[in-house]
Amino acid sequence: MDAVIRARRLVKRYGDFTAVDGIDFDVAPGESFGLLGPNGAGKSSTMRMIGGVSRRTSGELQVLGLDPDVDGPAVRAGLGVVPQDDTLDSELTVRDNLRVYGRYFGLSRARCRERAESLLAFAHLQERADAKVEEISGGMRRRLTIARALISDPHVLLLDEPTTGLDPQARNLLWDRLFRLKEQGTTLILTTHYMDEAEQLCDRIVVVDQGRIMAEGSPSQLIREHVSREVVELRFGRDHNVEVARALDGVGSRVEVLVDRVVVYTEDGEGVLEQVARLGLRPITSLVRRSSLEDVFLHLTGRSLIE
Amino acid sequence: MTAPSGGVTGGGVTSGGAPDDGAVGRTGARAMPTVSELRAQGARVERWGSWYAAEHMLLTLRAWIVSVVIAGLGSPILYLLAMGLGLATLIDSDAATGPDGPVPYVQFLAPALLATAVVQAAFEECSFPIMGGFKWRLHFWALHATPVNPRQIATGAVITASARMVMNAVLFYVVMLAFGVVPDLATGWLSMGAGLLGGWAFGLLVMAYTASLRDDAGQLTVLMRCVFTPMFLFSGTFYPLSATPVWLQPIGWVSPLWHASELGRAATYGTSDPWWLVVLRVVYLVALSGLGLWLARRSFARRMAL
Repeated sequence: MDAVIRARRLVKRYGDFTAVDGIDFDVAPGESFGLLGPNGAGKSSTMRMIGGVSRRTSGELQVLGLDPDVDGPAVRAGLGVVPQDDTLDSELTVRDNLRVYGRYFGLSRARCRERAESLLAFAHLQERADAKVEEISGGMRRRLTIARALISDPHVLLLDEPTTGLDPQARNLLWDRLFRLKEQGTTLILTTHYMDEAEQLCDRIVVVDQGRIMAEGSPSQLIREHVSREVVELRFGRDHNVEVARALDGVGSRVEVLVDRVVVYTEDGEGVLEQVARLGLRPITSLVRRSSLEDVFLHLTGRSLIE
Repeated sequence: MTAPSGGVTGGGVTSGGAPDDGAVGRTGARAMPTVSELRAQGARVERWGSWYAAEHMLLTLRAWIVSVVIAGLGSPILYLLAMGLGLATLIDSDAATGPDGPVPYVQFLAPALLATAVVQAAFEECSFPIMGGFKWRLHFWALHATPVNPRQIATGAVITASARMVMNAVLFYVVMLAFGVVPDLATGWLSMGAGLLGGWAFGLLVMAYTASLRDDAGQLTVLMRCVFTPMFLFSGTFYPLSATPVWLQPIGWVSPLWHASELGRAATYGTSDPWWLVVLRVVYLVALSGLGLWLARRSFARRMAL
């Protein structure tokens, strides 16, 4: 089957600043594809080019078989967009936000009404349907934004940091809704810097940093290829971490020193803890956990670069 | 919480009685829209998008309708009472002469006040609401993600502003009729058209400028005080432009308000201007309106080019 999105040597420059620096990727129909990276990595610029609101500087880009720079309206007709910033119309009710938006896709008023009702149900917003947008909670606003993006029943949903700023319960409810869309065959393309979100939702991930792709694969593949199976986190107090790390040389497959802790990558976490004890080191706290995408992310994009 | 999930994708909605989670289990089975389907949908929005945008913005204007009507009726009543009837008692000389002889002051004043009301409505709709669409309410950015393009968003805002201007023109004219200050009923209603032309000629330029502002650092207030107010005072609104010092008269010549007022007077009680001057006024206002529309649409497109 043809790719839903196909990018080749995609570049976006703003003046002297290169936001996206020659990236290649394909997204298959029904796939959940994540763009992961620190702030300023070029995720949002990429999303805007896919969304047909930002012209690329060079390279090739096809979305739903069309070039967004040539067929902008047609491309946007096939996409649902959940922007990073909340752009709901605060002067309208929850229901009217949905109805009004459908008109922009050329849907009849009757169709907009019908879609609005089923999406209110989907987003668990029926009870607040007549409330003004400014009266509802952040989690509800986010769900409404997603419902709004679905008004035209798009095949592809673009989500730019969909759960930033939400509490855990609101995030889980949102993930559940997105997961359902995924099951129904909607292609999801999302940016995030939450690793748990990427692990929950994405079939495939590209890690981007400074406009370039650093790694690509499924979450488990990335963990397998870039970090060890387990991670041991040891805290010795921030003044001692560096000297302790020297003593730990050779323990595990790699040792990294962070501001607040020492991290040991290993296939056998308990074994590392025993070795630490044998070396006579007494960490204030210690934790053995499975390695996560977060470790991959930090490893690939460099800890020092994160602010 | 209930989970009447399922039907968010097309199939689920139309099949109505389908079980809740009927769609679950399909994996990537949705047919992709074809290129021609997408182009057809895009083309429909390219044809009607400005109206969709206007429909949206008018929906919010509806919330203000009561205050628009009250202000739209109240302000002409107050002005005509205070200036037309009150101030007029102090005026000995005739303010103007029409083709049928001297014209009472209130008749001279009313069409110019109508034009002023419409130009002011245009200013109101083309300034802060536009700034807000980009900066506060952000709905312009929401539309940007749909098939509608920035130029259509601008046109939608123009249609919305025009609806408000039409309302103000009609309300004002109704008050004029009630006060009996329209001697020539056959052409008097054209004064509303004159007001609209004045409103577009001024307002659309304001819209173009507002859309180009990244931040509101008081520019719009300055525009109100340093452009709109002097225009209002020196456009032959309260006395003929010829009564103004010569060095101030150029303000009137370039002012859309003066031309709109003079056209309104021509419509309500006639004019001794030559026909070509009347035509020239119309052409000038239409040209400014066209320029304003072009600039406003370009301004939106530039602002939204990311």
